Amino acid sequence: MNDKSKIEKPVNVLIVGVGGQGVIMVSKVLALLCQTHGFEVKQSEVHGMAKRGGGVFSHIRFGPKVWSPTIPKGKADILLALEWAEAMRWLDHLKPGGTFIADTQRIVPPFACRNRKRGAERNYSRETPAEIIDKVKNGYALDAEGMAMTLGNRRVANTILLGVLSTALDFSPESWQAVIEKFVPPHTIETNAQAFQEGRSWTANAVKPLPVVSEAPSAESIDITTELTINTVWCKGCDICVKMCPERCLALNEDQEAVLIHPDKCTGCRICEWLCPDYAIKLHKRPNSQTEGTGAGV
Amino acid sequence: MGSQVKHEDAAKTKSRAAESNIRPLMGNEAIARGIWEAGARLAAAYPGTPSTEILENVAGYPDGEIVAQWSTNEKVAFDVAAGGSFAGVRSACVMKHVGLNVAADALMSQTYIGVNAGLVVIVCDDPGIHSSQNEQDTRIYAKLAQVPVLEPSDAQEALEFTRLAFEISEQFDTPVIVRSTTRLSHTRSAVLMGERADVPVKPFNEAPAKNVMVPAHARQRHPELFKREAALAEYFETSPLTKWEKGSKEFGVITQSVAYTYVKEVLPEASVLKLAASHPLPENALREFCASVKRVFVVEELEPIVQTALKAMGIAAEGKEWFPRDGEFSPELVLRGFEAAGIVEADEHEEVVTATPIARPPVLCSGCPHMTSYLALRAIDARVAGDIGCYTLAAIEPLNSIDTCVSMGSSIANAVGMAKAGLNERPIVATLGDSTFLHAGIPPLIDAVYNNANITVIILDNHITAMTGGQDHAGTGKTIRGTEAHRVDFEQICRATGVEWVKTIDSYDMGTMYRTFREATEHRGVSVVISNRPCVLDPVKIMGPALRVNGAECIACQSCMNLGCPSLTWSDEWHDGHHKVQIIESTCIGCTICAQVCPSNCIQPVEA
Ligand SMILES: Cc1ncc(C[n+]2csc(CCOP(=O)(O)OP(=O)(O)O)c2C)c(N)n1
Ligand code: SF4
Ligand code: SF4
Repeated sequence: MNDKSKIEKPVNVLIVGVGGQGVIMVSKVLALLCQTHGFEVKQSEVHGMAKRGGGVFSHIRFGPKVWSPTIPKGKADILLALEWAEAMRWLDHLKPGGTFIADTQRIVPPFACRNRKRGAERNYSRETPAEIIDKVKNGYALDAEGMAMTLGNRRVANTILLGVLSTALDFSPESWQAVIEKFVPPHTIETNAQAFQEGRSWTANAVKPLPVVSEAPSAESIDITTELTINTVWCKGCDICVKMCPERCLALNEDQEAVLIHPDKCTGCRICEWLCPDYAIKLHKRPNSQTEGTGAGV
Repeated sequence: MGSQVKHEDAAKTKSRAAESNIRPLMGNEAIARGIWEAGARLAAAYPGTPSTEILENVAGYPDGEIVAQWSTNEKVAFDVAAGGSFAGVRSACVMKHVGLNVAADALMSQTYIGVNAGLVVIVCDDPGIHSSQNEQDTRIYAKLAQVPVLEPSDAQEALEFTRLAFEISEQFDTPVIVRSTTRLSHTRSAVLMGERADVPVKPFNEAPAKNVMVPAHARQRHPELFKREAALAEYFETSPLTKWEKGSKEFGVITQSVAYTYVKEVLPEASVLKLAASHPLPENALREFCASVKRVFVVEELEPIVQTALKAMGIAAEGKEWFPRDGEFSPELVLRGFEAAGIVEADEHEEVVTATPIARPPVLCSGCPHMTSYLALRAIDARVAGDIGCYTLAAIEPLNSIDTCVSMGSSIANAVGMAKAGLNERPIVATLGDSTFLHAGIPPLIDAVYNNANITVIILDNHITAMTGGQDHAGTGKTIRGTEAHRVDFEQICRATGVEWVKTIDSYDMGTMYRTFREATEHRGVSVVISNRPCVLDPVKIMGPALRVNGAECIACQSCMNLGCPSLTWSDEWHDGHHKVQIIESTCIGCTICAQVCPSNCIQPVEA
């Protein structure tokens, strides 16, 4: 415990999340709070792509004198993450022994759902809250959105997180509340005050999050090879399969017959088979143990 | 709590007297304030990250005090500001670094003319390419144009330097560049604000030999630039802005801009010569400083402008050997550089906890009207010359349908070139947004028709300049202050250039879109399709009613996932080895595009 009433070195707080979550708002609250206590504050953010669902981060540094606006790797006293994968991205900025606060909420980017292989998993952070809380010294992971819903307003999730943050910094709860009030719509002051308290009391009894389990698909649906055959005699070149194939792996050849031009991309989704008005397309599936490298393996 | 940081009641000694005039301002807000405080009466800009908020903040001051206007492009903005200066009012134009390429033609001649009232060009560089197509260094333009470039290091200086820029402009009869960077523009810190100067309007300067750049006049003006440059260098020699902070004699650091704060952060005791401008340089001050230390380092982001100048003066200055020529600096990077140079000892790095980061590139919004155009272009297998705007995001997965992207307005002429080069197995299509079309798309469209190129142009008219945060333009019918303005008619402009095949379609109608694109690309000569739907974010945020996927019927074909709509995501259910899809109802805007592409008809409105 450091009980000097005066800090000498700047305190570094890194606030991260995804565009639209309110990272900038949360950091403005902290910046104003520090400023009203007479500190020099620098708050640096890079927007631009913020609205487009990219990652957003805001560096806040406060102290008697602050030079650089940014926080180096391994030097953040506190990392506050509004989203789980962003917490993972910035984890290396947290100094050893620093305070880690993260919302366990997952915002899965479209990019993570790109793999068309059978049985493919989301390309999202594999680290679980339980695991990380074990590794960091002062770690808090909570479902702030869920807690906010219980309070009847999902938008106070960030205020709950501010409540948690407030326990890691030595400003009085009253001064926090006074600043928060300036940033929220007047009719929500009451709920926000509640949310802030909720965050503080949650921290006092913080529990380790439970491990998450995800369901896997059946082995029979993954460990197979599919092969597409096109009966060119029946094909009249209507182009329907070519247009509708989600992977764009079909084309019409010079004789106006459908051909599979990218067998490696075919996922075996069967749309072409179902949509062909002339029943010219057939998808064959074989368990892998019986096939020996034939056709369009996926 | 073990990690609690104690600081209640700290720093109370700070004077509270001037507090009412101290406000946390973003670099861009401070620059806007500086323009206003300088008594400027005219400011024009074309939006561009990270510069956009400057004019938006200027527009926060009363119309009666300062005119603020979005111009069609940066050259227009520059010329408008120059016109203001001719007319005797202090004027500013604002742009991002690449905008100066567009305005450069005017700058290169205006510098010969000089100014009547102060003329200031605010340019924001983007080291690290946070949101640009390159990371060029504006200081090279300052050298080329022989004008001073002021480089503030924090928001307070941003305000003060901007104010001062107008004084310098008038005192030395020169346009002045104020150069910000992304980091400065978007960092908020406390700023002590001043009052607005009351600067009277000057009469028009009746001086054709100075104001009319024909060869005979220009030949006379050119030598004036050399004298002006020397006088400016002299000014920076004695100006308090050139700051020598004395420290150890072992080594000295010459720096400016935000890089200065990084140097102070990592080497607070070092000898530092802080420059206010990288051009023109105060040579005597530099020589004196360099002679006082054993080793000289220049810490400057991007190009080695100061380092090269020092070398030309015969001084063995180090710099780019240790600090890279690309990317954004940070305290870490500066420290690593000094470690490598043997100035400081490498510190022991404590083990930090790490995790594997996932890719989260920026994406088009839920229901973005641009999605359909690119899905349809994929379907007709077009060769797509792209352009700059939100829609450039269609270059990456899953839409994956843009083949080139160079600079604003390049798409149409790139397509013309491809067509003329004989690239014809696939239809050649140029795609560009409404703001980009007005910015630099009209001359190449005229070129395409004049030279009878066989191309299709798709104007993605979302009624706003979206990428930069939703600014109005001549096609929105509104000014920056929200007043009504004439609204450009895109169809009419296209027809006036001589395009005969022009059609406007609804961006949310997939069927019509496929059909129209096919027809347009089959047309010989230039065809134009205007894909029309407002952006879902600006000027109004469009919300629901959301759609829902009937999980039981979803066949996991991934057709909808090809849109890249962020409201569509995998559910935890599987169908035949593939993930089924679900819609995140809190963000879905109900545009119905996914429902239109779904072959099993399982995307339906949420029933009340
Ligand atoms: C010369 C230049 N000026 C400004 C910019 C910044 N900029 C990038 S995209 C864009 C506007 C795009 O607007 P629009 O074409 O309407 O497309 P939207 O983003 O609305 O889809 C601007 C101004 C730039 N890249 N280059
Ligand atoms: S801001 Fe507008 S144009 Fe840009 S991605 Fe979002 S909806 Fe599309
Ligand atoms: S309707 Fe479909 S495409 Fe449109 S926003 Fe909703 S999920 Fe996205």
